[in-house]
Amino acid sequence: MEHEAHNPALLHHFADAQQQKNAASLGMWLFLVTEIMFFGGMFCAYLIYRLAHFNAFAAGSQQLNVWMGGINTAVLIVSSVTVVLAVKAAEAGKRKMLVGYLVVTVLLGLTFLVIKGFEYSEKFEKHHVPGATFNFTDKFDDNGKQIPVNPKEAELFFSLYFAMTGMHALHMVIGCGLFSVLAVLAWKGHYTPGYFTPIENGGLYWHLVDIIWIYLFPLLYLISRHS
Amino acid sequence: MASTVIPANQAPKLNYLNNGHSLKSWLLTTDHKRIALLYLISVSIFFFLGGFFAMLIRLELLTPEGDLLQADTYNKVFTMHGMIMVFFFLIPVVPAVLGNFLVPLMVGAKDLAFPRINLLSWYLYIAGGVLFLHCMLSGGVDTGWTFYTPYSTVGSNTHVVEAGLAVFLAGFSSIFTGLNFIVTVHRMRAPGLTWDRLPLFIWANYATALIMILGTPVVAITIVLVAVERVFHLGIFDPRLGGDPLLFQHLFWFYSHPAVYIMILPSMGVISELITCFSRKRVFGYKFVALSSIAIAVIGFLVWAHHMFVAGISLYAAMIFSFLTFFVGVPSAVKVFNWTATLYKGSITYATPMLYAFGFIGLFTIGGLTGLFLATLGIDVHVTDTYFVVAHFHYVMVGGVLMGYLGGMHFWWPKITGRMYPEGWAKLSALLVFVGFNLTFFPQFILGYVGMPRRYWQYPPEFQVLNVLSTAGSSVLAVGYLLPMIYLLWSLRYGPMAGDNPWNAAGLEWKTTSPPPTFNFDETPVVTWEAYNYDEIPDKELEAPVAR
Repeated sequence: MEHEAHNPALLHHFADAQQQKNAASLGMWLFLVTEIMFFGGMFCAYLIYRLAHFNAFAAGSQQLNVWMGGINTAVLIVSSVTVVLAVKAAEAGKRKMLVGYLVVTVLLGLTFLVIKGFEYSEKFEKHHVPGATFNFTDKFDDNGKQIPVNPKEAELFFSLYFAMTGMHALHMVIGCGLFSVLAVLAWKGHYTPGYFTPIENGGLYWHLVDIIWIYLFPLLYLISRHS
Repeated sequence: MASTVIPANQAPKLNYLNNGHSLKSWLLTTDHKRIALLYLISVSIFFFLGGFFAMLIRLELLTPEGDLLQADTYNKVFTMHGMIMVFFFLIPVVPAVLGNFLVPLMVGAKDLAFPRINLLSWYLYIAGGVLFLHCMLSGGVDTGWTFYTPYSTVGSNTHVVEAGLAVFLAGFSSIFTGLNFIVTVHRMRAPGLTWDRLPLFIWANYATALIMILGTPVVAITIVLVAVERVFHLGIFDPRLGGDPLLFQHLFWFYSHPAVYIMILPSMGVISELITCFSRKRVFGYKFVALSSIAIAVIGFLVWAHHMFVAGISLYAAMIFSFLTFFVGVPSAVKVFNWTATLYKGSITYATPMLYAFGFIGLFTIGGLTGLFLATLGIDVHVTDTYFVVAHFHYVMVGGVLMGYLGGMHFWWPKITGRMYPEGWAKLSALLVFVGFNLTFFPQFILGYVGMPRRYWQYPPEFQVLNVLSTAGSSVLAVGYLLPMIYLLWSLRYGPMAGDNPWNAAGLEWKTTSPPPTFNFDETPVVTWEAYNYDEIPDKELEAPVAR
């Protein structure tokens, strides 16, 4: 413990670095719990309305771009890997490697956001954005049979689509900002093998945002398509 | 009384109060004790603002006609009263003032785990508060504190979004407070302070913090959805667009019922401290009282739909929620019975904090038992949205939370400021609060039972006698609340010096100086005793300050 007494990162009210690290990790995990509850409200609303207005939700889901969503899923999974590698690099004290992985993570996050932007603009073109210009016509199944869809219910699907993916995208924006800061601080040499808690906790946040997408993608894009 | 305790106090010791006098040293402080005082000032302002609206309500209801306020204004006034009192006073008051001050002291830590996040909590609260004040001054809101849809999304033409954002910010302030408490209790306890040695105030705040971090995000997203629906005309809760207003009520009450326990649990923790100290006894059934807090937090999450018995939920759901509501009464009853068992054969003294504790037990029992009336489906249908409900929750919120808060404020005032409050005035105000409270709210039980609905600005003349009683009581209550404000401020300068432990109480917070130094303890305490070891503390008349 003697060498830790000189740790500049150790805050005065902690007895030692281990206590500080444990406190920070527990705090981060609790914060992730609040995030899960936060998104939980929307997931709850989505599942209830999906049961209540199944046809409209299936028809709405078929209008989503599975390719863009799928590529974005892959982008996020790869970004989670780079986050893990960044934490490993921090643990090993490899500063340049750490900065590299953090930057790649930010770039992957931005890629996700750009693709999401194209997806949103497609929704505008198809008049699938809820509001005065919303337009949704009846759908036909594989045999050409008409499935009547209440456009109001389809609008509800897109309302939830935008609310959920929008809130997720906001978290991605915050994540990119956070990781940019971490990258700058890592470049300046703030993190050592003895102290890299912010990298770990930032990583936890990034993984959580990824996991939320891993649930959003099948719920919004996949499960209603072939009903 | 305690003025004899302190011999000429040599050069005043450096403590958290005189360690820096600049405005900056307060506004940028990370000291949990200073942040507690910042909260004390800000929640007091909101309390008197909410009280002002309460007086407007009572004055309007003095006569059957709608003469003082018009209907629209009245709607805004009771909404302002509700939102201010719930979101800006009752939810933060005990955790953010007493909890902030005492949690690190009671666990023997130098500070909360995340001091800067603690300061951020206060700024979020202030941001929410300022936004709410702006909303109020620019016209206010008239949805009632519950933001019920579809009125809040398509009906009301008042500042719903702004009020929602204010509540959202205040909500994040309470999330961060809860997160800080949980981590502090888990990670910052002094050596030897095991879980079964923790003061019950800590257990209560821990349980509260669990509700804060699990419940508050849900109301946050619900309010975001209301705001988004209102601004972009989405249909998430609008039946004309395929949405369902019942979903709003489910999401809202999923937080807002547990929020009742956010308010009452910390006060219950205060009462456990007061009862043990002023009956000089270890609490009866420590483990049951401690775990009943956790049980309330857990079961409290499963009862929300009892606010919706007449809203159109299925009868089976209603029966289950009715049963669960009875069930959540069990841990609350455990507390009340164990407090009374603690009193049995104790050496009871009637200092002001103890008077408030007695007041709490009586009023909370009435509030809790009428809660069981409301949990009964048949009675609930009869009294839903009447003054019976208003009286019930005021017995819990005001009778319970405020009694606990004022009792705790008097008990720890000497620790917070180093000065004693004037005992005579304090006893008088405790009496005024108790009498005024009952006179204000007991008539409302009768009013509600005979059919006076809540949230109306006028009423049939036959209800007038009881309404006059209620309004008269509220004036007594107002005096009872103003008095402590005056004499506590007076005591800052003229109160006798308190000494480190004027109550001869157990608990780590009494083992440091009053007011405590910035880092709480000169050296980290090591705990070798059980909580409330009053049988080991000689029951002497408040003597000899502990030499340090």
